Amino acid sequence: MSVNDLFKQELKVVNLGLKSFYSDLKSQGVATVQVNWKPKAGGKKNMLNLLSKINKVKQS
Amino acid sequence: MIDIIEKANKEALEIIQNGQPTLIGLGVAGEVIPGMEKDLFLHAGPPITWEKMSGPLRGGVMAGLIYEGLASTPEEAAEYAASGKLRFEPCHHHDAVGPMAGIVTPRMPVWILENTAYGNRAYCTLNEGLGKVLRMGAYGPEVIKHLQWMESVLYPVLKETIEIHGPIDLKTMIAQAVQMGDEAHNRNKAATSLLIREIAPSILKTSFSNEDKIAVLEFLNSNDHTFLNLSMPAAKATLEPVGKVKHSTIVYTMARNGTEFGIRVGGLGNRWFTAPAEIIDGLFFPGFTKEDANPDVGDSCITETLGLGGFSMATAPAIVQFVGGTPKDAVRYTTSMYEITTEESKAYKLPPLNFRGSPTGIDIRKVIETQVLPIINTGIAHKDPGVGQVGAGIVRPPMACFEQALEAFVNLLEDEGLLED
Repeated sequence: MSVNDLFKQELKVVNLGLKSFYSDLKSQGVATVQVNWKPKAGGKKNMLNLLSKINKVKQS
Repeated sequence: MIDIIEKANKEALEIIQNGQPTLIGLGVAGEVIPGMEKDLFLHAGPPITWEKMSGPLRGGVMAGLIYEGLASTPEEAAEYAASGKLRFEPCHHHDAVGPMAGIVTPRMPVWILENTAYGNRAYCTLNEGLGKVLRMGAYGPEVIKHLQWMESVLYPVLKETIEIHGPIDLKTMIAQAVQMGDEAHNRNKAATSLLIREIAPSILKTSFSNEDKIAVLEFLNSNDHTFLNLSMPAAKATLEPVGKVKHSTIVYTMARNGTEFGIRVGGLGNRWFTAPAEIIDGLFFPGFTKEDANPDVGDSCITETLGLGGFSMATAPAIVQFVGGTPKDAVRYTTSMYEITTEESKAYKLPPLNFRGSPTGIDIRKVIETQVLPIINTGIAHKDPGVGQVGAGIVRPPMACFEQALEAFVNLLEDEGLLED
């Protein structure tokens, strides 16, 4: 299906990330759901580094 | 082959699932709590000095000093507490837990519980009821008078009652209460009722006067939080052996002293990871606002650490009238806790979730990875000593506690040479 054909139909949107996209579509009456998602460890580099290290723990 | 953390966490969860908290009797704190001494008061949360104590903790200490006969006025009590004659240690360092300020003094009567599966014990004072009470930092004459009644009437009657009745399996009682709309932290109406139903005949069989027996039954019945001081040590007794499981990332303590929030993790033993306690979002009693509130305080979130309290709010829709929100929020809170826990309880089943077991075994790795913090429902104490409770609400621990714990855990593994290159 081409993008143009898609937009001729009724849209049902699943939004991931910035909530303002969800809010704008909802205010225009578009069926929208917001996914409760955050980047791993909130994107904090030091925590991602610690998680990566702890995942390399030895086998028993 | 599984990694050493998974192996350790499997052992930790076996401990949590198999724990058998049992009420075995009552005693006096100074005689039965390990390491309790005449110049020692226990308090809620991680270690703290008098200088850094918040209002409710100071108020509780002052009430304790007047109750012990070591001071006759609040001013004298504050002076005594600051003099260095009195030592302060966390309840958690003495196999005990205390709601709100959590002050335990040598003269106070305590429940004695045993985890019969592992042999460890846990202790907790008797609940005083709501309003102007020591645990909320109040120290007026009515507070002291009530504590004296608890010592001279409530305690001896209940002690003889449990001697007549014999041990009570609290795991089964909590499991039943969870199916009756309690989450075992801020709603204990069903469990308190079950306890009274269980022990009433034994109360009648004691050697005390009818007047005393009636007063005890009326007090237990008037206080829906009677059972809180049993659900807390039940959770403590169940979780404590996890503190000895090397390499486990499971949290076995969450507690607040009104200034700081602290956690302890199985593989990191007795080490606390602390950060400033949060202000609670909640409902306030008439005449009080958020401005009056002390930061988060009390050992009672040991119930959440086990998967009860805020973690089981789905089963207690009535609680939202006390702590705020809607029944839908209560379900959402519980559902989100499965994101950061390891197993579902085999004992504590939640009817509104098709009898799904409560989320249990908080893993610090999951908290950091998902950025979902444990949910806690709790009472709110006034920030000044001497006032008491001003509301109840919902709060979460600071993320910094979990971040510090994860860092310490990785450092430990590195030091022990347990990380692959």
